Amino acid sequence: MRVVIDRVSKTYADRRGQAIEALRDVSLTVESEEFVALVGPSGCGKSTLLNVVAGLTRPSAGAVELEGDFAPGRSATAMVFQESALFPWRTVQANVEFGLEELGVAPAERVRRAREHLALTGLAGFETRYPHQLSGGMRQRVGIARALAVDPAVLLMDEPFSALDAQTRRLLQEELLTIRERTRKTIVYVTHTIQEAVWLADRVVVLSRRPGRVLATVPIPLGRPRTEAQLVEPGFVGAVERLWSLIKAEALGALREAPA
Amino acid sequence: MSVRVPVPDRTRVLERREHPVVRVLALAGLLVLWELVTRTGRVPSLFLPSPLDVIQSGVEMLRSGELVTDVLTSLRRVVLGVGLGALGGVSVGLAIGISRLAEAVGNPLIAATFPIPKIALLPLLILWLGIGEASKVAVITLGVFFPMAINTYAGVRSADPLLIRAAVSFGAGRWSLIRKVLLPSALPMIFAGLKLGAGTSLLLLVAAEMIAANAGIGFLVLHAQNLMETTKLMVGIVLLSVLGVLTHWLLVRCERAAIPWTT
Repeated sequence: MRVVIDRVSKTYADRRGQAIEALRDVSLTVESEEFVALVGPSGCGKSTLLNVVAGLTRPSAGAVELEGDFAPGRSATAMVFQESALFPWRTVQANVEFGLEELGVAPAERVRRAREHLALTGLAGFETRYPHQLSGGMRQRVGIARALAVDPAVLLMDEPFSALDAQTRRLLQEELLTIRERTRKTIVYVTHTIQEAVWLADRVVVLSRRPGRVLATVPIPLGRPRTEAQLVEPGFVGAVERLWSLIKAEALGALREAPA
Repeated sequence: MSVRVPVPDRTRVLERREHPVVRVLALAGLLVLWELVTRTGRVPSLFLPSPLDVIQSGVEMLRSGELVTDVLTSLRRVVLGVGLGALGGVSVGLAIGISRLAEAVGNPLIAATFPIPKIALLPLLILWLGIGEASKVAVITLGVFFPMAINTYAGVRSADPLLIRAAVSFGAGRWSLIRKVLLPSALPMIFAGLKLGAGTSLLLLVAAEMIAANAGIGFLVLHAQNLMETTKLMVGIVLLSVLGVLTHWLLVRCERAAIPWTT
């Protein structure tokens, strides 16, 4: 499934009614099975862009189109949120079934598909737990299972691991890479960590600070499947350096700005 | 000169021990004290009958059947009133929490009528509905309706926007959103309202039964006072305490069953 983001702009009014230009004329095409990471300084509108792709935010101008085969019982996009956003009143199993319910999948099939994705994300045996009984890392896995269960054409991830501790984050990044190898999903991934973006993605798109524009697109010269050994390869280190030099000036500017 | 001293133990201030025995003793102590005071003979039993007499009197009234009639009559009024009030309150609370239009209509109406002490409406309700059961059930219904409506509304409005967005991102429609996100979000507040309402319902029950009734616990208390039967009066009061404690216990059990996701 291709994602075609065509000259998207977004201006919204903040609490005091002042117009904030979050995105200006962003164009970007994510190819089928491609893993694209969006990076940029805080408040650069990368999450806004993801929300536009998810259909959760209406762009002020421009449009987003999806190109590919649409099968029934399948969702166009599914989102993994930063704070997991699990329903506290649903068990792990019921959380993963949520999207399937909304797609109108039959109960028996829902159970089967939820089980399958719980196994994929290492959650077998946790079906009857409630989110508050799980660690942050486990909750994020449930969030990923919930998104994958609807078999989305495009998987959208909004800083999914940024609230986790460094070790858990690293483990979940590896799991995500394994899941990507298995499912070959088209993935759009928002992060503010350059290393994470380079290690996970095929291409890293740098957005400028507000109003967010595409500053640069950096292809990552690392083969797949990704291994830990690649973290010290010149290709990895070079890409990180290059991205940091692009973002540094923007981040400095963002630092001096009033908080968004 | 260097010395070695132990780190001061500062945990003593933070310590809060459980006292399970004292809990029981406090209640038993009150009863014993009460019994002792009545045994001295200094207090006439017309003012303060002994707890043992109260228990004995209660057993007798249970045997003769007069207690059963009063309790069942009162229970019926409370159950009907709380049931209707809760149903109406939750429905209205959901409506004004979800729809801006319903909010615009409902909020000012509730704000204007909520502060009225509900018992003040009883004469009017008797005028409209007659002196029978309907007016008593209605006053309890009103008393329960307001805390339920207000709490349900607050519960719906406090639903986590992130969860709403998550549900919408999976294609949830309006009805799905209400049933699967807003209603469960509001459940803890709904139960808090139910507990408040249950307390109010007992208050209104007794008041209504004292104003116009020929059966019920409130009637029993007032009637016993008229006949200077202080022991029977006390039976009624103890009964109300038991009823209040039982109701609360029952609601807490229901709440745990209905909201298993909170610790």
